[in-house]
Amino acid sequence: MSYFVDENGYYGQFGGAYIPEMLYPNVEELRKNYLKIMQSASFKKEFDELLKEYVGRPTPLYFAKRLSEKYNTKIYLKREDLCHTGAHKVNNTIGQILMAKRLGKNRIIAETGAGQHGVATATVCALMGLECIVYMGEIDIARQAPNVARMKMLGATVVPALSGSRTLKDATNEAIRDWINNPVDTHYIIGSVVGPHPYPDMVARFQSVISEEIKWQLKAKEGKENPDYVIACVGGGSNAAGAFYHYLDEEEVNLIAVEAAGLGVDSGESAATSVLGNEGVIHGSKTLLMQTKDGQIIEPYSISAGLDYPGVGPLHAHLCESKRAEFLSITDDEAMQAGLELCKLEGIIPAIESSHALAVFKTKKFKEDDVVVLNLSGRGDKDLDTYIKYFKF
Amino acid sequence: MNRINKKLQEDKKLLSIYFTAGYPKLNDTVEVIENLEKSGVDFIEIGLPFSDPLADGPTIQASSTAALENGMTSEVLFNQLKDIRKTVSIPLIIMGYFNPMMQYGVEAFCKKCAEIGIDGLIIPDLPVQDYNENYKAIFEKYSIINVFLITPQTSNERIRFIDSISNGFIYMVSSAGVTGAKNSFGNTQETYFERIASMKLKAPQVIGFGISNAETFKMATSKAKGAIIGSAFVNYITDKGIDKIPDFIKSIR
Repeated sequence: MSYFVDENGYYGQFGGAYIPEMLYPNVEELRKNYLKIMQSASFKKEFDELLKEYVGRPTPLYFAKRLSEKYNTKIYLKREDLCHTGAHKVNNTIGQILMAKRLGKNRIIAETGAGQHGVATATVCALMGLECIVYMGEIDIARQAPNVARMKMLGATVVPALSGSRTLKDATNEAIRDWINNPVDTHYIIGSVVGPHPYPDMVARFQSVISEEIKWQLKAKEGKENPDYVIACVGGGSNAAGAFYHYLDEEEVNLIAVEAAGLGVDSGESAATSVLGNEGVIHGSKTLLMQTKDGQIIEPYSISAGLDYPGVGPLHAHLCESKRAEFLSITDDEAMQAGLELCKLEGIIPAIESSHALAVFKTKKFKEDDVVVLNLSGRGDKDLDTYIKYFKF
Repeated sequence: MNRINKKLQEDKKLLSIYFTAGYPKLNDTVEVIENLEKSGVDFIEIGLPFSDPLADGPTIQASSTAALENGMTSEVLFNQLKDIRKTVSIPLIIMGYFNPMMQYGVEAFCKKCAEIGIDGLIIPDLPVQDYNENYKAIFEKYSIINVFLITPQTSNERIRFIDSISNGFIYMVSSAGVTGAKNSFGNTQETYFERIASMKLKAPQVIGFGISNAETFKMATSKAKGAIIGSAFVNYITDKGIDKIPDFIKSIR
């Protein structure tokens, strides 16, 4: 079985490009050119240089000694939290801004939920001197004020999404509408492995630098490229796609995808798509999504704004259905406690998204000699408010 | 012969109206359809509301949200329409996004349409290729016409392809953009309308998006077989109520 995208843009039964005809020329232009551009020597050189000099890659693969002692296994943290802008998101925006330039686009649009992808997009637009418009749900704008300020400082225009539930899925709808309205000069930088083909594949390839580095870093530390487990959290699934990518065909490596259970999978306030979702079409892609029996998309809930998405990327839907990856769900409470534990044991304040992945150590037992790599996708500075409110510091 | 094809053969410019089912009130659907036919509309697009209508502007987003809040679903719509052919004889088309149809089951959806007397479907986010490979046989089995969209950005080659697989009309999106009322068309639209007219396509073209009044209707139909009014009509019934539908239609032609 292949876990990579096929020539028609599908991962097993998932994926494709369910887009209105108005978007066909834009998406087709990208589909025809993305691989050629990504594989050109000049692109690779510029991408690698920026990742090294600007983003600060490679990020460390850090052996978490005290955390390992506590759970009696060998835990490595892939430190994506140390990337410029504070999360893995920038790997993708660097790639896509270089793509946009080569496609001759001079106007950039993006959607954002918590604001991390918006900040990462605003950052690369400033770097390249391109116009940047970020769509963000009106409700998210209110609850993520520091990231809104960051985007503005970086020169981006932040447009509130006023439709529907006024959160990430509506911001994505607004960005797609903008692209329909501006089909010629605009590139849409999608922030996750979602959307119509070729986005899920393109974003996964840009993020695959994460597992590419893990391989050689682990070889140097453990004498082998393959760990026993790779753990990552999944909202749309971009950091997990990057951490899994070069291990997809290595069946000896167990992949664990961690979703947000919110207040509990059966509480009605959850974002655990693999449990609550079924096959449907969202944002141009056939995938697993949370929906009513009538096919209306359900607004998910998680304490973590980055995991608060009603679907998963089609790659992850395929990994779930084929059982290549194990899908676990972690509640708000479990995640918050795990986040605080990392602070105390390792002196690292994780993003609440990453805290969901960390909470797996409480619910799943690993063997003493297992090598477990956990993708620490982002840092917790952006979440201070939520941590403060939750723990009443 | 399908009612749509019969209508397309009439020697006149066609006026079509889009409205959202279950709006303004849940049970307005049938009355709106009957009022439209009595007012002389040639065919109707019944909008099946969706939570995330990404090809629609603010007006239809709002009417869709309201209709869903009113309780509209595929099942409710089919129930409302079950006796529609006792009172209405003009072509009826359901326009909606793919996901609700997929959840209902594409075959079950088409079968239900055929039973009720729905003549065609417009599904903006079902790609032509996907339709051709996976659903064409089902549509044909139930004699449901699938209507495809073209836009100013669609290449001539692709337009020719879409024409070759169209068995009703081609829905010509007037300009690059989502749905929404405009007061006038510019030179860009005129050039585009002329370009398409000069291609001498097999399938008649009906222009939609941005048609709102007598002027835009007249201009659109000077180059095409007909035109569709959506957002402007939805705005009108929001303001004036569904009793005034005949006044709106009179103001167009």
